[in-house]
Amino acid sequence: MWAFINKLRSPKWFYAISARLQPWFWAAALILIVTGTIWGLAFAPADYQQGNSFRIIYVHVPAAFLAQSIFVSLAVTGLVFMVWKIKIADMAATVMAPLGAAMTFVALFSGAVWGVPTWGTWWMWDARLTSMLILLFLYLGVIALRGAFASRDSASRAASVLAMVGVINIPIIKYSVDWWYTLHQPATFTVTGRAAMPMEMWLPLLIMVLGFYSFFIALTLMRTRSEILRRESSKRWVRELAEEAN
Amino acid sequence: MAFDTFREFLAMGGHATYVWSAWGLTAVLLLGAVLHARFERRQVLRQLRRRVRREAHQAGRNAGAQPIQTSRGRSTNEA
Amino acid sequence: MPASEGSLSEEVEVAREEPRGGLAVAVWATLKRDLVLLLRRRSEVLNPLVFFAIVITLFPIGISPDPALLAAIAPGLLWVAALLAALLSLDSLFRADYDDGSLEQLLLTPQPLALLALAKVAVHWLLTGLPLALMAPVLGIMLALPAGSYVILGVSLALGSASLSLIGAIGAALTVGLSRGGVLLSLLVLPLYIPVLIFGAGAVQAAIYGDGVLAHLAILGALLALALILAPLAIAASLRISING
Repeated sequence: MWAFINKLRSPKWFYAISARLQPWFWAAALILIVTGTIWGLAFAPADYQQGNSFRIIYVHVPAAFLAQSIFVSLAVTGLVFMVWKIKIADMAATVMAPLGAAMTFVALFSGAVWGVPTWGTWWMWDARLTSMLILLFLYLGVIALRGAFASRDSASRAASVLAMVGVINIPIIKYSVDWWYTLHQPATFTVTGRAAMPMEMWLPLLIMVLGFYSFFIALTLMRTRSEILRRESSKRWVRELAEEAN
Repeated sequence: MAFDTFREFLAMGGHATYVWSAWGLTAVLLLGAVLHARFERRQVLRQLRRRVRREAHQAGRNAGAQPIQTSRGRSTNEA
Repeated sequence: MPASEGSLSEEVEVAREEPRGGLAVAVWATLKRDLVLLLRRRSEVLNPLVFFAIVITLFPIGISPDPALLAAIAPGLLWVAALLAALLSLDSLFRADYDDGSLEQLLLTPQPLALLALAKVAVHWLLTGLPLALMAPVLGIMLALPAGSYVILGVSLALGSASLSLIGAIGAALTVGLSRGGVLLSLLVLPLYIPVLIFGAGAVQAAIYGDGVLAHLAILGALLALALILAPLAIAASLRISING
């Protein structure tokens, strides 16, 4: 455990190991997302109530999962950075935040678009959509705070603190919004809330979720590598690498 | 196969606008993220190479004199 | 940080020489100093209250003077307006101390920074949250708030605004070192305010409908308890980041 943490301290080690891991995650992401897309769009049966509009689930749910997971990852990397001063953690947090915000936006947009055929309106103050919207604001706050500091170290630590504060609040926000929603809108039709989903609908969803996670890992590895080069540009190994990479 | 013809597939049972716009935005954002990451990596490498070349050039010019650029390199490292 | 160990033991030495109950003295001194300072700048205490009154005046003008309509939205309006008024005063929470350097002195004291920050937040609540809570029933009359909910409005605001001050102070501490932190502060803090708003406004609504309000107040209390434990630590960490950065 400690040996692993000490290895993580070295950007050079991470740069080398991520180069080997990256292609696997890209390949997994590509295969899973393409399979899930074809299966979900063309082969999964249409929903008996919603018809073909339910196929939005295959982008809505993976994006929503990713949006929440990335915020938790921001808090975890923030904690790792604050406790062990591991720079890699902060570099990963820097590159993860915009993807998280983008995924939150995808979940919001697809949820709103899905609302037209199911609710007859673009926007409903549905509990899930409302929590997603608040999550988007939390992301924007973390990104804006990081951008507001002149010194990189302060920016990193401030963003870490805010991510940790946010992650403590996310369950509280989620439960209070759920409670608020049930109080004001008793028993409306929720889009994804049904438990019984037939296998041929559920399996492509699982594949898409796994594909999105692989995509997230692959992209984070790739962008963290760029971030390493940017931040460590004075180190000798980075310079030697720049000359080789011609 | 849930659809009999390609035209039916495109029509999505009348929900084409909603299904294709949600999937379209997702595809654009995912592809955009990949392209951005590739562009970013190329740009970082290009800047790095330019910097190495510039400093090698300067080092060549000040050969024999005090190595000023190393101390500058170190100070930018801290920033 | 091997260097700080030496200074830590020195700090312990200094702390030993201080009078008994050094922590209580320090917290009390911070409380008293902040109270005196804020009471001298009366406009800073009054501005949020005036803002609250003006915003509440805008709604009937913007929506409709119809008492039935106003009564329906009054709990939410009063809560949102009070929340914004409290937010308005947050930017100055640490600003003056940051500018004149006394915040740095606070960081250097041997007493735990979290508790001293808590004292500052308590003063902020005492001069912002509590007056807003006392004033809200009066504005409630103007919005035709149904009878029977006035006490609950005041109590829920008093309880909720304490959480708002604590959460908001984290944002204020994070942005105090930035020259234009005001707008950023609201972006950081407002999403975190949502649970307090839901249960605060919910308590008033429950009182109007004649439901039990104790559950709402209990949850507001639980949120406050959680904020009381965790927020001071986050505030202290954020102040350290802002001062050293």
